[in-house]
Amino acid sequence: MLDKFNNLKVPGPTMTLISKPFWDAVAKHEFQLQKCSDCHKWVFYPRGHCPECWSDNLIWEIASGKGRLKTWSVVHKPGHSGWDEVTPYAIGLIELEEGPTMMSHLLIESDEDLIIDLPFEVSYMKCNDVWLPFFKKQIS
Amino acid sequence: MSNKRRVPLCAIVGIGEMAPKRFTEGATTLGMIAEVAKLAIQDAGLEKEAIDGLLVGPQVGETPQHVPATVAEYLGIQPKMGNVVDLGGSTGAGMLWRAAAAINFGMCETVLCVLANTRERDKLPPRSPNRNPIREFDVPFGASGANTSYALLKQRHMAEFSSTQEEFALIAHWARKNAQLNEKAIFYGKPASVLDVLNSPMIVDPLHLYEIVMPVAGGAAFIVTSAKAARSKGTPPVYLLGAGEKITHRAVSQSPSLTTTPFKYAISAALDQANVDIQEMDLLSLYDCYTSVVAVTLEDAGLCLPGKFGTWMKEHSFGYDGDWPLNTHGGQLGYGQPDLAGGMSHIIEAVRQLRHEANGRQIPNARLGLVTGNGATLSEVTALVLGAESC
Ligand SMILES: [Zn+2]
Repeated sequence: MLDKFNNLKVPGPTMTLISKPFWDAVAKHEFQLQKCSDCHKWVFYPRGHCPECWSDNLIWEIASGKGRLKTWSVVHKPGHSGWDEVTPYAIGLIELEEGPTMMSHLLIESDEDLIIDLPFEVSYMKCNDVWLPFFKKQIS
Repeated sequence: MSNKRRVPLCAIVGIGEMAPKRFTEGATTLGMIAEVAKLAIQDAGLEKEAIDGLLVGPQVGETPQHVPATVAEYLGIQPKMGNVVDLGGSTGAGMLWRAAAAINFGMCETVLCVLANTRERDKLPPRSPNRNPIREFDVPFGASGANTSYALLKQRHMAEFSSTQEEFALIAHWARKNAQLNEKAIFYGKPASVLDVLNSPMIVDPLHLYEIVMPVAGGAAFIVTSAKAARSKGTPPVYLLGAGEKITHRAVSQSPSLTTTPFKYAISAALDQANVDIQEMDLLSLYDCYTSVVAVTLEDAGLCLPGKFGTWMKEHSFGYDGDWPLNTHGGQLGYGQPDLAGGMSHIIEAVRQLRHEANGRQIPNARLGLVTGNGATLSEVTALVLGAESC
């Protein structure tokens, strides 16, 4: 499984100084998000200002890495040909426990039992030499 | 009700359109812009010297900056107002009210709104040079391109409302059916039944190939003047009666809702401005990059309850002679999508219908039309109410 993704020639994250702590944490298998010290909302993706209150007082905190499935898709013909060799694969939107929603790659055997609100959790995967926060079903 | 209608400020007095084609050979975007601009100014019965305002779209790869100046220079015009409208598929619709606003502010009198794109065989369009959040937080997971975003939206609709593949396929079927009356359409001569749509290859589940627009080369243009100036011309003007626009997000992951769209605001704002009801529309010219976009537009327009577009569609007929004429030119699903000019095709068709010039597919007594445009991932939308002179 690990090699399957690591050998892909696919575009990795275009990191900025502001987002670097997120990717550095992921590389250590930690899931960190920004939290606003003024309005206390969690923020994703990383920003210089809180989109809720425009405070620039954002701090990095360890987050649960857990969330629920909002929607999903099985990709047969990828938008980037680097993904061709692992088709079909699933992507989905995960609403994190902390509030924000993120796009991710779903590590699933089949899409047949997927439903809205199915619990998922982060599962780190190395893809083209970069650790990424993929998601798998939570084990109940 | 009609006595309360706002006095229209501006009108479209000329249209130009190139037949879409799969590929161009050696053409340039600027050359194609000149071609459709000429068609539009001729249709308006004006000389090019009359153009004193210019609205263009972004041109990835060819002219990344200074687009209005580059286009003005190429066309040999010296406009008093120039701008880029950058709203994806909503660019054409967004141009119309911006042209009207510029004219109404006294900046200019006659605005050329123009979009065109080349498409060379064996030469893919340049990959987006994005270095922004969608590139950093969507693309690395295998979610490149529009198909995946719209598949996620369609899947949520199906999971939440139990809408069916057959219901969505009906939208593609009607687009193909209407395209049979438009010789310019890329799928002219190629109708598709609901079963054909369902049997077309699954591209990004739950979207089939026939539910996704075909990218083509093409161009379109229209000329806008003040309503006062429009009345003195020979060409029947088509008036802008109302407009609404809204931008909510960029990436699908950041969308405030996966089942309702900014159309809910934009359509109702456009109808309010025009002081008309959706039930009064003679034509629905609805942006249709994917079947599911039409579905949610019908729902957000209030034509049916959320999730119930399929039931509603089965009760109505969508040809030029139907009770709800919808995308009588075939929509982009039947006509093809010449990049940003694809969105403009919905305006061009509405003008044709309201001028009663839609040969072979004319809606009887067409007076009012709703036009929509949508960009990114149902993120940036514009709605327009257009009216014939008879209003
Ligand atoms: Zn805040």
